[in-house]
Amino acid sequence: MEALWNSYRWIIIAIALVIVGTLMSVYVVNEEEQVVVIRTGEPVYVANRPGSDWGAGPYLRIPFIDTLRVVEKRVLDLEMTDEEVLSNDQQRLLVNAYARFRIVDPIRMVERAGTTDGVRVALEPILNSAVRQELGRRTFAAMLTAERGNALANVRANIDREARQYGAEVIDVQIKRTDLPEGRPLESAFQRMESDREREARTIRAQGTRDARIIRAEADAEAARIFALAFGKDANFYDFYRAMQSYEQSFAKGEGRGASSIILSPQNEYLRQFRGQR
Amino acid sequence: MAGKNPWGGPGKNGDGESSSGDKPGGSGQDGPRNPWLPGGGSGDGKRRSASIEDIFKNRGPEGPNRGGSGGGPNFRMPERPGGGSWLPVIIGGVVLIGLALTSLHLVEPKEKAIVKTLGSYSRTLDSGLHFTFPYPIETVDIEDVEGVRAVNIPSSGESAKLILTGDQNLVDLSYIVRWRINNLADFKFQLAEPIETVNEVAEAAMRASVAEKTLDATFTGAGRAEIQLAVRERMQETLDAYRAGIQVVGVEIAKADPPSEVVDAFRDVSVAEQNADAARNLARGYAQQTIAGAEGEAEAFEKVYEQYRLAPGVTRQRLYYETMERVLAQTDKTIVEAEGVTPYLPLPELRRRATPPAPITAQAQPTEQGQ
Repeated sequence: MEALWNSYRWIIIAIALVIVGTLMSVYVVNEEEQVVVIRTGEPVYVANRPGSDWGAGPYLRIPFIDTLRVVEKRVLDLEMTDEEVLSNDQQRLLVNAYARFRIVDPIRMVERAGTTDGVRVALEPILNSAVRQELGRRTFAAMLTAERGNALANVRANIDREARQYGAEVIDVQIKRTDLPEGRPLESAFQRMESDREREARTIRAQGTRDARIIRAEADAEAARIFALAFGKDANFYDFYRAMQSYEQSFAKGEGRGASSIILSPQNEYLRQFRGQR
Repeated sequence: MAGKNPWGGPGKNGDGESSSGDKPGGSGQDGPRNPWLPGGGSGDGKRRSASIEDIFKNRGPEGPNRGGSGGGPNFRMPERPGGGSWLPVIIGGVVLIGLALTSLHLVEPKEKAIVKTLGSYSRTLDSGLHFTFPYPIETVDIEDVEGVRAVNIPSSGESAKLILTGDQNLVDLSYIVRWRINNLADFKFQLAEPIETVNEVAEAAMRASVAEKTLDATFTGAGRAEIQLAVRERMQETLDAYRAGIQVVGVEIAKADPPSEVVDAFRDVSVAEQNADAARNLARGYAQQTIAGAEGEAEAFEKVYEQYRLAPGVTRQRLYYETMERVLAQTDKTIVEAEGVTPYLPLPELRRRATPPAPITAQAQPTEQGQ
């Protein structure tokens, strides 16, 4: 090996230099990232910027003079902090939104924000205030439903305008969460739900009672109709027939009834034959 | 020593001195330049190892007789069968295996692979065996595209998240989102955090969809089905707008409950429903009983009446006597005959008899009389 070194020293050194030099002057841009080349502190050009012809792949640079800044090309996430929003009917709502953005002008981004995190830091308060402002104009109910899409489109437009200054484009803003704040708003919501259910329970019970009463009354009416239909055929006989039943019920011995004593007058119809008269 | 190649080092240390006289034939120039080349190394090695005597001869100070021209400087051939000279062969093998591993790719049926050529997306590979240029020229990223991934929201560790309904009530909802990759290139290159994005999009869509429904609708089957469908469509729309390369296969609501704070009130409602049903059932029982009773009674009357019509007088008399018989047979009877005679009516005694079995003990007697 020493011999090799001795005789080919210069060639080996040259090869090594070429390799090192190549490594230093070639860089590879991945599909998912853009690279800003900064020459003596000044961003010069961008590789793999969205919509440009200079796609991903290997690129040349001047060693030591060009420095590289890798910037994400894919869609990034901007998370809003939980924000309490006051609706225009004075109700509180805890809102959490997110925005999706992507860097479309990396040079501007590098100049004004430095990194994507810098963009996030710059945009987050804007997102917060835009959401609060936009939702604050609406009623509580509207915040929940109808105009949501509309509001978010406005928020997106607002924040996109700001984001352009940092070389970013906001694709979408969505409300992730709308919650009632802890404490009184939540408590009172629970109370309302509870009382709502109590009312419902009462109503249901009352309906049950009402239905039961109606069912009983209908049955009684039906029974009366049946009786009238049958007994009406001969009122006179019914009077007699029913009287017989009644006597039996009233005077005969039976479970839970007291014993009766009857004092009969000899004039009684029952004793007609007993008297032997004709 | 400083300039020697890293892979040549150990070999030289082992037998560097003894090899100083080693002179290959005409291959002197090529050999040392690529000492790890399998071709040269193995060929020479074989030849040398054929005879042990040769080896010993080579060790001798005279050097080998075979080479002829002894003018060669410190050249050393990798032909030595001793340990050191195999190292280049091993390294060569490892490199070859490495090349094979990074250029040969088996993509399973449910998978697809993304190929990047020097960082730039070049193609998507379907399942099968594929060749690419070795790393680092081409990199291959295999991903399962058929497999449906399921996300539980809220995930098992998280506490319940209450969702506001359109009528400003709260519902405790948990659901499962199932999705798969339908465009691998988009999935890889469009979103920085695709999986997290799916979760966030799902949450946003769920809250928006629930906000369109009333609380009661979230509990009913039909309402849930509508919510599931709405969430799926919303998610798909949003993800398509992001070009996420993700297809939402399904959204299933696993649980929709009232918040635990008010669950008692909700239970009371179902209790009330049961109470109401019970009251209705009781009334229905009463109704059936009453009507059946009435029908029976009416029927009985009509039967008797039928007979009565055939022979009114006799039937009437018979009924009268029969009833009187039954009544009077079970009662105490007193017949007062003469007018103006006031009979003794043993009313207290009758009353006592009327009361159910008189107490046997003598003591109880007075008390009872007192009553």
